[in-house]
Amino acid sequence: MTDTLKLIALGLIALFAAIAANHARDLAYMVNALVVMLTAGGLFLYTLRMTGEERPVRDVSGEYMDDVVRYGVIATAFWGVVGFLVGVVIAFQLAFPALNFDWAQGMANFGRLRPLHTSAVIFAFGGNALICTSFYVVQRTSATRLWGGNLAWFVFWGYNLFIVLAALSYVLGGSQSKEYAEPEWYIDLWLTVVWVAYLAVFLGTIIMRKERHIYVANWFFLSFIVTVAMLHVVNNLSVPVSLFGSKSVQVFAGVQDAMTQWWYGHNAVGFFLTAGFLGMMYYFIPKRAERPVYSYKLSIIHFWALIFLYIWAGPHHLHYTALPDWASTLGMVFSVVLWMPSWGGMINGLMTLSGAWDKLRTDPVIRMMVIAVGFYGMSTFEGPMMSIRAVNSLSHYTDWTIGHVHSGALGWNGMITFGALYFLVPKLWNRAEVYSLKLVNWHFWLATIGIVLYAASMWVTGIMEGLMWREVDANGFLVNSFADTVAAKFPMYVVRGLGGVMYLTGAIIMCVNLWLTVRRQPEEASANGLVPAE
Amino acid sequence: MSDDLRKQHGTTGHSWDGIEELNTPLPRWWLWTFYACIVWGIGYTIAYPAWPMISRATGGVLGYSTRGEVAAEIDAVAQSNAAINDRLASVPLTDIAGDPELNQYAVSAGGAVFMTWCAQCHGSGAAGAKGYPNLLDDDWLWGGDMEAIHQTIANGVRNEEGDDPRYSEMPAFGRDDLLEKGDIEAVVNYVMSLSGTPVDAGQVAAGAVVFADNCASCHGENGTGDRDQGAPNLADAIWLYGGDYPTLIETVSNARFGVMPAWGPRLSEAQIRAVSAYVHQLGGGE
Repeated sequence: MTDTLKLIALGLIALFAAIAANHARDLAYMVNALVVMLTAGGLFLYTLRMTGEERPVRDVSGEYMDDVVRYGVIATAFWGVVGFLVGVVIAFQLAFPALNFDWAQGMANFGRLRPLHTSAVIFAFGGNALICTSFYVVQRTSATRLWGGNLAWFVFWGYNLFIVLAALSYVLGGSQSKEYAEPEWYIDLWLTVVWVAYLAVFLGTIIMRKERHIYVANWFFLSFIVTVAMLHVVNNLSVPVSLFGSKSVQVFAGVQDAMTQWWYGHNAVGFFLTAGFLGMMYYFIPKRAERPVYSYKLSIIHFWALIFLYIWAGPHHLHYTALPDWASTLGMVFSVVLWMPSWGGMINGLMTLSGAWDKLRTDPVIRMMVIAVGFYGMSTFEGPMMSIRAVNSLSHYTDWTIGHVHSGALGWNGMITFGALYFLVPKLWNRAEVYSLKLVNWHFWLATIGIVLYAASMWVTGIMEGLMWREVDANGFLVNSFADTVAAKFPMYVVRGLGGVMYLTGAIIMCVNLWLTVRRQPEEASANGLVPAE
Repeated sequence: MSDDLRKQHGTTGHSWDGIEELNTPLPRWWLWTFYACIVWGIGYTIAYPAWPMISRATGGVLGYSTRGEVAAEIDAVAQSNAAINDRLASVPLTDIAGDPELNQYAVSAGGAVFMTWCAQCHGSGAAGAKGYPNLLDDDWLWGGDMEAIHQTIANGVRNEEGDDPRYSEMPAFGRDDLLEKGDIEAVVNYVMSLSGTPVDAGQVAAGAVVFADNCASCHGENGTGDRDQGAPNLADAIWLYGGDYPTLIETVSNARFGVMPAWGPRLSEAQIRAVSAYVHQLGGGE
């Protein structure tokens, strides 16, 4: 019966996608429709072949649902390398514009690849990391299996289908031109469906938990899932021009649209890249360090302060624009007040190592997580500082912003994810430890030096170009042309690109190391049983 | 130390997957810094425009606005330059160079105008690019004295917006079937011979005849050009679009139609004079 319904649904989707591809008004939409058609068609055939087959029913209620987490780990590592690679390519395209090859115009020039890079890193790498770690953590800390059966699989595959659709759409020109929200309307709708399923799985698991209290990591994960749903829906309100085309028109206009976009954009940072990853930190650091969390009080105060304050900080992206001064002031004030709540997470992460500081020397995985928290602390100080109007008048529109984002993304999000992957892979594949801690050490240093090169070169070019833009002579006349500032940045652009190469190399070493962990390390007895802690 | 903390503050009593939480109080320095930020935030929102009310937002006791700040800065510069700016806009154009103070002012003001409005096409060093004249040399299409440069900048070239743009149009001899393919090849060889070596010396004599019949009326009998019509000098080895054989075939066949905007409607008279003075002193001024 369910198989019949499934077959009908999949058949209809494949049929409609074929019709949509036929009527498509633009290439991005057509290719996306073909991908949907092939996916639905493939699932249709698979379901058809399985219909009527006896499927062995095994009681899994006493086990954690780890297959989907394993797939998530693989997807995280894969998309990480893809995202870093595209980042390295566009870094060198900026340094050497000739790399925007004539034959690749309209597909692989900087303008098309840049959103591919940001989405691949934030949503594909970061998103898969968040989904798989949240699934892992919520099961362990609730001592129950994921709620919803195969819904978790739908979340994983649905999310990755979203990524493939978005990536294909970007390079073929489908974009609504909103930073970090480029996917067009039909991809947004799909992500909404997937995200609601994600919320259902996560919330269902928490409701079914065997522990009396909800662990702090799950507060952060839940706030991330709920807020991202709200941000995504509101910022993507738009009217499609045609049912058979990718183009759509935003509901908001002018400065309202800008404000909505940066309310979204800043909270993508605040809830996707901060709250969600703090959830990861709150589980993996105490687990790996085998120490209690430093302060429950701090976790509860900084959690509520963080989520209350972050949501108002967006206007600092629009200082000195058409945005009214009052909104700009409030954005700045909330950003500055956000400094301590952000640091609460850093303190709790670092101080959890109290009594285990020696592990920094002996365990490169802990070192990775700790430097992630260090970069988190640095960029959450830098952010409030850059939100101050006077600082922003120098830093805005310069490479300083790029450097700031990357010290957060590479240093905090990247490093904590690497740490989590090094922790997870041996656990998920029942191995004692990763294949080589020495390689982890290599990864650590390559990534760290890469980030330092990246951030330092962007500070130099950012402050330099900010100063050059505003340089005036004794009569008050501008001294430099824009092209002069571009030319002056060239050496630092090369340094930035090299930093990126080092970071990418580290990530490839990680993939090899994780691969060898699964292939070469001896298998141990499974520890997949559900054990309530008390 | 963690064991000390455990002894001192205890844990919350829960354990999740083996993770416990200590009951450590909030770090004092953290709490006081947080409070200080909040107090500062309240003070700041009293001082500056901040809280939205029913019909408008609070304006802040300092009376600050970002637009006001910019306007004040612009006013200050405009006021300090007002006298010399008026003088620049009113003296005869040719007097500017002879007045050291005025000339120095005009050149630095003109440099800023050039960086902002002209560098996109002519390059930030004014060396030009294919289709955009080099302003550093003494090869002028429409004249290189102050009057001529001022006229070109104010009205632009071949646009439809200036009062009196520089205007001329070379016929597309190939596209409009004004010349046979062979004639075009011949005349290109002749033109190349004026400043260098033709590709096919045998065609130069025939090309000279074609040139005299079709090109000399604008470019002059010897190909030295005519500034009244913006007809380039073809004998000086300086090329706007390129002097190689295929490029010249392209130019003669399809003609060129370079456009420059009129700056009169966009910039003040003082700014146009300033950038004229700047261009004039770059090296080729007459």
